Amino acid sequence: MTRSIVIVGGSMGGLRAAEQLRAAGWAESITVIGTETHLPYNRPPLSKELLENPGTTAEAFEAVKFRHRPSVTDVEWRLGTEVVGADLPNNTLTLDSGETLTYDGLVIATGLRPRRLPLPGPLRGRHVLRTLEDAVELHQELRPGTEVAVIGAGFIGCETAATATKRGCSVTLLEGTSGPMQRALGEELSAGIRDYLVQQGVTYHGHAKVAGLLSNDATIEDESSCTGIILADGTEITADVIIESVGSIPNVEWLEGNDIDISNGVLCDEHLRVVGTRNVVAVGDVARFPDLRNGCGARRIEHWSIPGDTAKIAAKALIADLNGAALPEPAVPLPSFWSNQFDLKIQGVGSPTLATRIVELEGSAKTPHDGVVMGYYQDDALVAVVSVGLPADRQLHYRKLVNDRHSEQPQQDTQLQAI
Amino acid sequence: MKIFVDRQLCENHGQCAIAAPQVFRMNSEGILEYEENVNDSLLPDVEDAMDACPVQAIFIQDQS
Repeated sequence: MTRSIVIVGGSMGGLRAAEQLRAAGWAESITVIGTETHLPYNRPPLSKELLENPGTTAEAFEAVKFRHRPSVTDVEWRLGTEVVGADLPNNTLTLDSGETLTYDGLVIATGLRPRRLPLPGPLRGRHVLRTLEDAVELHQELRPGTEVAVIGAGFIGCETAATATKRGCSVTLLEGTSGPMQRALGEELSAGIRDYLVQQGVTYHGHAKVAGLLSNDATIEDESSCTGIILADGTEITADVIIESVGSIPNVEWLEGNDIDISNGVLCDEHLRVVGTRNVVAVGDVARFPDLRNGCGARRIEHWSIPGDTAKIAAKALIADLNGAALPEPAVPLPSFWSNQFDLKIQGVGSPTLATRIVELEGSAKTPHDGVVMGYYQDDALVAVVSVGLPADRQLHYRKLVNDRHSEQPQQDTQLQAI
Repeated sequence: MKIFVDRQLCENHGQCAIAAPQVFRMNSEGILEYEENVNDSLLPDVEDAMDACPVQAIFIQDQS
């Protein structure tokens, strides 16, 4: 009898999982279940060029849809379908239609959804940016002269603020605790990019605690529109459009009741096998897996390169487990990421959040527009490099140093002892 | 197989040069150079490079 693997999640992670299962030799049935009605598409343009000029939803999809490997043409896609429950010990899933589906192997690829601010008030004019529809709808409101407030200055917040400014909007970027992208880039580069964004016309508001939303008629919530934001210190910021970019929440509720750790994404081992199961793996940013490279325990990584990297490891492990074969040695992903904001091309490799020390390797963090390279050290080991405006061959040079966990200085003491 | 990179799409991210260094490399100006005719045995690496390309600029021309 033909066995089946079901992939829950119809986005990039789901597609990569299907392709990697085929690449690893799985010739039997694969079904992908996804809540969105589109086949998988590339999300990074949604805050950048696609937001600037999406066309219709159909045109936008054409511009960003992923090509599929020929090996996955026989995969069954069940789109617009939500898995609402799972009984992992009995290998069954429950769909939103009430239908029950059984599987031999399961891939969890449900990803993230945007976190929302727990603020009552108007619904109109409030946006998040995750799906194609989000981008198309937001684009329609980003008309020249519109006052826009972006809450949260992570990568998506900063990119969205830049795109809205390019569209001719008057943009205020608000951040609660720190500078833009500070958690990822560190204080110095964050400050340099903040100054650059301000030069480009973005109004930056740090240490902003959002207390509430203002509306043109607070008495009728459904029909009123946003007119602004009120901060905890009483400051009012006028805005017709409010964009919430305050992080993401893993989509794991459907896995509740299975005695697995879903406290922050799905806890996996280094093979991406879900801890406490025998035939379940997770891929992409919903997977929390041990960082063998840096020895810092299990964590989720929300970078574009991770779905592909984790799918490759997980597919081999799942097939080995289903066939009762020995597990291959797992690869150890090296994350990479990028962000375009106005003319800044920011490129990163490794895990800068692990840094205990950050140094300027080239240029100055104060003037990122002139090019800068920052090194992120965990004690003596280089664990990440973030550069702005650096040619790709130089990025590859730094990538190799990060991959080797290169030490800034040779360990003199050790050498002396060896002599 | 024959490889084609759409230069209109390519932003010289350099991810392909990591995935398939026998086929793709970044020159000293940071611009992509690549082999157009590639042995079929390199297909897995080329597929990895296609996956890793943030802008999906890499195509295999004679792939069915």
